[in-house]
Amino acid sequence: MTPPAVTGTAAATQPIRLLDAEGRLVESEANAPWHELAAQLSTEDRLAMHGEMLRTRRFDIEAGHLQRQGKLGLWVPSIGQEGAQVGAVWAAREQDTLFPSYREHLIALHRGATMDQIIDIFRGARHAGWNPLETRGMRIYSLVIATHALHSTGYAMGIRLDGKSGTGDASTDEAVMAFYGDGAASQGDASEGLVFAASYEAPIVFFVQNNKWAISVPSTRQSRFPLHERARGFGLDAALVDGNDPLASFAVTRRMLDAARQGAPGYIEADTYRMGAHTTSDDPTRYRTSEEEESWRRRDPIARLAAHLREQGVAEAVLAEQDVEATELASDLRRRTLEAATAISDDIFDHVYSDPHPLVTEQKRQLAEFEASFGGEA
Amino acid sequence: MQEFRLPDPGEGLTEAEIVAWRVQPGDTVHVNDVLLEVETAKSLVELPSPFEGTVEALLVEEGQTVEVGSPIIRVTGGEADAVESSPKEETEQSLEQEEGGGAVLVGYGVRGGAETRRRKPTTVRDAPAAEPAPAPAADPAPAAATASAGRALAKPPTRKLAKDLGVDLQALTGTGGAGEVTREDVTRAAQGPPQGHGRTRGSQAPALTQRSAHAAKAEPWTGGREERIPVKGVRKAIAQGMAASAFTAPHASVFVDVDATRTMEFVKRLKASSDFEGVKVSPLLIVAKAVLWAIARSPHINSRFTDDELIVPRYVNLGIAAATPRGLMVPNIKDAQELSLRELARAIEALTATAREGRTAPADMQHGTFTITNIGVFGMDTGTPILNSGEAGILAFGSIRQKPWVVDGEVRPRWVTTVGGSFDHRAVDGDVISRFLADVASILEEPALLLD
Repeated sequence: MTPPAVTGTAAATQPIRLLDAEGRLVESEANAPWHELAAQLSTEDRLAMHGEMLRTRRFDIEAGHLQRQGKLGLWVPSIGQEGAQVGAVWAAREQDTLFPSYREHLIALHRGATMDQIIDIFRGARHAGWNPLETRGMRIYSLVIATHALHSTGYAMGIRLDGKSGTGDASTDEAVMAFYGDGAASQGDASEGLVFAASYEAPIVFFVQNNKWAISVPSTRQSRFPLHERARGFGLDAALVDGNDPLASFAVTRRMLDAARQGAPGYIEADTYRMGAHTTSDDPTRYRTSEEEESWRRRDPIARLAAHLREQGVAEAVLAEQDVEATELASDLRRRTLEAATAISDDIFDHVYSDPHPLVTEQKRQLAEFEASFGGEA
Repeated sequence: MQEFRLPDPGEGLTEAEIVAWRVQPGDTVHVNDVLLEVETAKSLVELPSPFEGTVEALLVEEGQTVEVGSPIIRVTGGEADAVESSPKEETEQSLEQEEGGGAVLVGYGVRGGAETRRRKPTTVRDAPAAEPAPAPAADPAPAAATASAGRALAKPPTRKLAKDLGVDLQALTGTGGAGEVTREDVTRAAQGPPQGHGRTRGSQAPALTQRSAHAAKAEPWTGGREERIPVKGVRKAIAQGMAASAFTAPHASVFVDVDATRTMEFVKRLKASSDFEGVKVSPLLIVAKAVLWAIARSPHINSRFTDDELIVPRYVNLGIAAATPRGLMVPNIKDAQELSLRELARAIEALTATAREGRTAPADMQHGTFTITNIGVFGMDTGTPILNSGEAGILAFGSIRQKPWVVDGEVRPRWVTTVGGSFDHRAVDGDVISRFLADVASILEEPALLLD
């Protein structure tokens, strides 16, 4: 007798979508509970979300230009992923702790990190742009892929041990979110995080932005099986959401986080697309077609929410005002970046070890010498 | 006046080639307007303007490779921007100093050997020593090895040895397989002529880099005895593709002369037709259509041979070889079999325009199934082309000229051309090849057959 065939693919699941590409509400029986959750967002909230996305996009574009002009060592664009991020961060409650990778610009800004602080990381002026104690639970960017899947899980396990979750009161119970991408999902650390989160019923939600490309490797090759289905195999609740639909991202994250507070960790795969390069060191024209990019451009999250807001009766002038404000903020940022001192802060050495370390001291000396070699006071 | 210096457009890159200027002297530019395109080892990128004002001068020509930090454009007027006014970066001599390589403004391009490289109080940006090897004079190619500036290649134990023996790796000519400095090179250098306490310094070295080679071009018989041009980028890709194809696929080449008079008349009629207004119509269009028609009758011509399988696509991604500023490129028209004559004309026009501007995206060059090379544009009658790697057929389309031709027993002037091509003889036999080429020829003789 021949054994049954083993297949590597699951039936395609449709992502949860509340707003279609034209910004119209998608009504269905299955969507009703999600719409109910999304109703927690007033029109003003939605307008504010739109503003955050717009500001992040303008910031992102300006930072890309600054890199090309030699003012930043590197830039990591998040263009196209603002919808997933804005929904997720609005769904998080104030007491929640967020562990980003390095593309979560909107989330960082929402929690009070400044554009300049983000820029400082990519200017090489600081290791980490901000103090997490001052950014309402927004931890620093993790540049090493997926390491924070472990840090965040451990942090969530700690919350549980401290008794700061699981009391049944969603307004005070703490939870954790970890943000990473489809490429990071292939890392061993990501899998270990899922194992521990499930075993210890940690109050955590993994929010995975599947932007389709791990630099040049398509997610369909790295993940032969849908990522959220994979998470179910680890014993987590999982959902697939349209990542370019801010309302769906909000509703699903809110529900998953509230379940996590009570000991049911969750996993959200946000179906989205990285419109730009992986980083400014990458050239996406080498591995993907312009048709593919075009098809995603038509699903842009900002245009989608704007269309929805117009439908809700928000005046064109209000949206235009947000646009002007975003443009001005980006231009201000440009000015400040050009004015910023080029000297590298000693802080980058001071916070590596708590006690003096001979190698670090030597590096510090070499850097000072290098700076001095330019002749100026630098 | 403001100068924009080439920034590190990638991550730790030290040089880039100026591919195309998008502005000219006299143009007005605004902040973030695209000034030019550069190609690095990693990507082709557009650089936006850090200033506004009027372009006074382009300081680097297209096609030149420049070090990061070199001034590339001068802009006057407008509000002074801070990008170039940092106190670290000034001085006229910086260009020459950068010949030594390795200068970076941003990113972390320069690595290693901190001791010798970085202590240099008087110069603007320090450069790793690019001195010719202190090796024996008999060494045939010190220039070539030092030309590649940057950090010398060497394995960590070799670096350690060099450090222990006080030998500067940067100054050695690597004899390893990848041009890396080997243990033996270091030992030899340590025993060889003195190096002044083993440390070489600074950038007073003759800069036998690409740019001096470039300068030699204007006067062909001046300069050194030989010009050495590093094989890299597009040239390297072409070389690898050609060699892979030529030494893998046994090429069978065939040719046939054709009376293309009716094709010329057809082209003329199409040009006059209102349906084709604004569309570029050329004999190449008819050849492309003929190839698609002939492939439909001999599908194996459009295939790729692997040792286990002959893969025959049920589509044609039709490549058109193009001579571009960056070298030979073969972008292809995806699913060309589905296009009408008019759509095909548009597609060829778009593809060649993009290629000529040097803006062909690599994805546009992938997954081709058959190629046409139009050597007629260079005035050639025919040739034996090399297959585009991975394809089984390439058609060479020669020039079309009036020549004497025998029609009904009389010699008449006719528009005559030669079509020929090379085919992977592993994939297709002579009968299939001949039938395919005869089919193409028959369309050129009588385009009305396309109606069949």
